[in-house]
Amino acid sequence: MIAIYVLLILMIIGAIVAIEVKDLLSSVIAVGAVGLGLSLACLILKAPDVAITQLVVEIIAVIILIRATVRKDLPGSTAAHRIMAGLVAVVFIVAFVAIAANAFKALPPFGKPWMTVAQEYLTDGLNATGATNYVAAILLDFRAYDTLGEATVLFSAAIGVLAVARRVGRREE
Amino acid sequence: MSREHDHGMSVVVKTVTRLTVGLILLYGIYIVLHGHVTPGGGFAGGVIIALSFVHLVLGFGKETAFKKLDENATGFFEGFGALLFLALALAGLSSGGHFFLNLFKEQGEPFKLVSAGIIAPCNIAISLKVSAGLFSIFIALTVLRPESENK
Repeated sequence: MIAIYVLLILMIIGAIVAIEVKDLLSSVIAVGAVGLGLSLACLILKAPDVAITQLVVEIIAVIILIRATVRKDLPGSTAAHRIMAGLVAVVFIVAFVAIAANAFKALPPFGKPWMTVAQEYLTDGLNATGATNYVAAILLDFRAYDTLGEATVLFSAAIGVLAVARRVGRREE
Repeated sequence: MSREHDHGMSVVVKTVTRLTVGLILLYGIYIVLHGHVTPGGGFAGGVIIALSFVHLVLGFGKETAFKKLDENATGFFEGFGALLFLALALAGLSSGGHFFLNLFKEQGEPFKLVSAGIIAPCNIAISLKVSAGLFSIFIALTVLRPESENK
């Protein structure tokens, strides 16, 4: 439990560094450190599937961020923009905290009771699907519609990026 | 991608890339094929497969990487993976059951590679789609340069 809190504090520090540092490359690396901390936290909470996925997605995200954005000139923001953005952020943070404080009252405490929903998957999963990795059984059997939707989201994201970038790329040839 | 990196990085990077890129690809395929037995699965394995091609682009430049897997092949694999996943879902429907019915789940035994019915083929379909999709996003955002930067 201590390790989770240490990792959480490190992730919060990394996020603050990513926002505050002036150099864009350092900022991207700080974001990568936050993702690595999240992956380690998932590993400590005994979720190796989530940890693997988080780690590899973080790696490819950092590579794309470094390659695609670091050399670009970012438009500077004026003081009026900054005050407006700060006001909007404060309003949203207050609203989120107020809603979350009410919503979290309904949640059970962290880690207790031990798996009320997942118990059914654990007892019936092997007989119902034949898969020994229950995460795969849930993703591709019990909740395959979710996976179909996620696949559709990624498909449309890739097509959208290609549709925006490809025409420009072809014209250069 | 910056101009000085169009033909890859230094000899040290190229040598290490030549040694490691195959291992990364094999590890991704292992994660995909054992997705229903051990942690991992189609999404994580697909990202690792995409990372092996990203590694090739970063180390050797885009020409060498496109010889292995060019843009059109990427688009083909993305569409093929999505259609394969949908076909596996429709196979349950056409055999008299419901959408995403787990066919052949009685075949094979648990903890073996051949088990879990259509979960393993679904993992393969998702890995094809995810790896091709992420690699195409990578090359679209980094290799294909906007026109304004050429001048």
